[in-house]
Amino acid sequence: MDNKTPAVKMRNITKTFGPVVANDKVWLDIYRGEILALLGENGSGKTTLMNMLSGIYFPDEGEISIDGKDVVIRSPKDAFDLGIGMIHQHFKLVDVLTAAENVVLGLPGKLDLKAAAKKIREICDAYGFEVDPEQKIYDMSVSQKQTVEIVKVLYRGADILILDEPTAVLTPQETDKLFAVLRNMRDDNKAIVIITHKMHEVEALSDRVAVLRHGQFIGDMPTKTTNAQEMTNMMVGHAVTLNIDRPEPVDPKPRIVVKGLTVRSIDGILKLDDVSFTANSGEILGIAGISGCGQKELLESIAGLQPVEKGSIEYIGDDGSAEQLIGKDPLAIQRMGVSLSFVPEDRLGMGLVANMDLGDNMMLRSFRSGRSVFTDRKTPRQLALDVVEELDVVTPGITTPVRRLSGGNVQKVLVGREIASAPTVLLTAYAVRGLDINSSYTIYDLINKQKKNGVAVIYVGEDLDVLLELADRILVLCGGKVSGIVPGRGAKKRDVGMMMTKLGGNAHE
Amino acid sequence: MFDFISFIPRAVVQGIPLLLGSTGETLTEKSGNLNLGIPGIMYVGAISGVIGSFFYEQSGNFRPLPGILIPLGCCLLGSLLMGLLYCFLTVTLRANQNVTGLALTTFGVGFGNFFGGSLIKLSGSSLPSIILSATSNAFRTSLPAAEKAGVFGRLVLSYGFLAYVAVIIALTVAWVLNRTRVGLHLRAVGENPNTADAAGINVSKYKYIATCTGSMIAGLGGLYYVMDYASGVWANDAFGDRGWLAIALVIFTVWRPNVGVLASFLFGGLYILHMYIPSGMNLAVKELYKMLPYVVTIIVLVLSSLRNKRENQPPASLGLAYFREER
Repeated sequence: MDNKTPAVKMRNITKTFGPVVANDKVWLDIYRGEILALLGENGSGKTTLMNMLSGIYFPDEGEISIDGKDVVIRSPKDAFDLGIGMIHQHFKLVDVLTAAENVVLGLPGKLDLKAAAKKIREICDAYGFEVDPEQKIYDMSVSQKQTVEIVKVLYRGADILILDEPTAVLTPQETDKLFAVLRNMRDDNKAIVIITHKMHEVEALSDRVAVLRHGQFIGDMPTKTTNAQEMTNMMVGHAVTLNIDRPEPVDPKPRIVVKGLTVRSIDGILKLDDVSFTANSGEILGIAGISGCGQKELLESIAGLQPVEKGSIEYIGDDGSAEQLIGKDPLAIQRMGVSLSFVPEDRLGMGLVANMDLGDNMMLRSFRSGRSVFTDRKTPRQLALDVVEELDVVTPGITTPVRRLSGGNVQKVLVGREIASAPTVLLTAYAVRGLDINSSYTIYDLINKQKKNGVAVIYVGEDLDVLLELADRILVLCGGKVSGIVPGRGAKKRDVGMMMTKLGGNAHE
Repeated sequence: MFDFISFIPRAVVQGIPLLLGSTGETLTEKSGNLNLGIPGIMYVGAISGVIGSFFYEQSGNFRPLPGILIPLGCCLLGSLLMGLLYCFLTVTLRANQNVTGLALTTFGVGFGNFFGGSLIKLSGSSLPSIILSATSNAFRTSLPAAEKAGVFGRLVLSYGFLAYVAVIIALTVAWVLNRTRVGLHLRAVGENPNTADAAGINVSKYKYIATCTGSMIAGLGGLYYVMDYASGVWANDAFGDRGWLAIALVIFTVWRPNVGVLASFLFGGLYILHMYIPSGMNLAVKELYKMLPYVVTIIVLVLSSLRNKRENQPPASLGLAYFREER
């Protein structure tokens, strides 16, 4: 590697947003024929750094050179001209346009969609993608959209590709497919940078790792010479244990009993089909399944947000009395101690108001309490301070609007608030979606703490490895049906994966 | 028997100002700018043309060609300035689009009435209006063939040149939007400026150009109204609510200027339908007929929302200012 000249050299790059220093004198080299994994905690400035390379932001200080030549990247167009293409975490696609129209967007010359479609098909054949150039973006799945993004940068002849958390929204199968494509591109002598939080992906895919912490460059090394523990320590700045605690459930008693739950979406599609299970107090029930298999509907039915076609959901109180939750007002269910924290793909979609500050967002849960006609602002402010302190939220203060925080920090605020409402049942979906490893572990700890307090936790996760380490029992959904319930201890990833894709997995063959 | 032969040409001349207004507004909205200043801009376009032609007519020797070009140039200049003002406020300074638009409408109507009043004073006329018959005659000149061609001539050939220009503009804008790269980029800017920006499209430039061009097209609508429809008679407030109707037409046509050609004639027809109802009818019923264009717009809005087809929705970032480093 020493004999090669870097494709991209970034030197002393500094970028500030108001009082926040996002990048502080960062050095980074990117080589051709190599996959570089860029690591760092949430808000450590990885995306900012890459945005400067792709022309979205302009650095306050520092130099960038491409293939040994000093360059100034003022706009995304400059970046394209230099062969730099970035696939953003939030896809940059226009929904009402077709794939082909999105691909040619911003290019000069006469509009010839037929020729474009032909070239797209050629690119797809070369790297093994599947894209229909005529299909509209809003008809596509997340993984298809991502493919369009990749085709888009390849179409422009990019040979330096940056992918910002590309696997955050993909299923394991889709991830494998993406990795195969990325390896193809590396062998094609392209330079590839991938930002990710998932250590096993870093180890499986990358050739070199570079670590940022609090906007500063900490170091880089070949992936072969390092391991997950060392990388995590570099990211966090101190030693962290990478084992998820799984205490034995204490005195589990049935808390939520679901029988024959059937839910249809507004379009009449069957979302949940005859689902039955029991969630015990003091236990974590993990829910596994390919995304869109009814996880959201299941949680929302329990929280009273989803009309139910048939079936029953009973809440068993401490004294053994059963109460039917179906037909109850969500507010009443919430008062019984059932708390829902759903982290949607876009994080801000549900649960937080982007333009309100941290304290006010905390208040969304509590504004109805209190005796006088005035709202109580003190308690939520204190809660905001606690969450910031406890979960290390990077923010200038609790009066900052939530939308100014980086994605992971937004999420800490949401999850922190839900857990703090001291529930008896905690429903949480994708609690660590897009979170860095350190914050993820903080969240796992918090969930475990709730479990020890006797809360029945229903945890919908996308990372199967974590689910297998955290949950006491795992319920596997497949196409809205219960594919099986397995104990978390001793469950095999392969078996659960099979059950996710096929009812009952291998068991019934 | 309902007299279609006289009804249709009247509906068409009623519809042309709406067509120009809505084509301009559609072009503007496609860039993500909700310009509610269109009624004011049409007003300014009209009065600017009137001012130009007034002084040209005052100067004595009137010739048709400069008689058309001078008001046309003044109208385009006036509405361009309004468009630039709107862009400067909403794109460069990122002011609220609704507030800016409504302010421009209020301003435009006041501007028109003020200068209209001044000109009426200057002309020393006893009537509260200015009559620019020479200019109007130039604008209203139709093909000589129109009178010989019978019904076809009356329905299709009997209009002044601006009417045909309006149709050509509408069809051109539709073609540009759907068939060219510039149109693709413009739609991307209105749908998702972040994406457009990341694709290397200059968002501000597209917004400025689309909005200013849209304003000039809408301004022509005001000019057509005075010079052709109203036979060169300017009276304060005579333009009425046509500007708002043009904005309603944008929704009615689901952001398609080519649909706008026929839709504007339909709106024009609905607008004057109350004059064609049997004379014996109650006056209150007449007022109900005047509601028709608005009722139809509401129905279309309901239907297109119900069908929820993505292509028929307004541009996704309509009404929002764009700032690249906003997160």
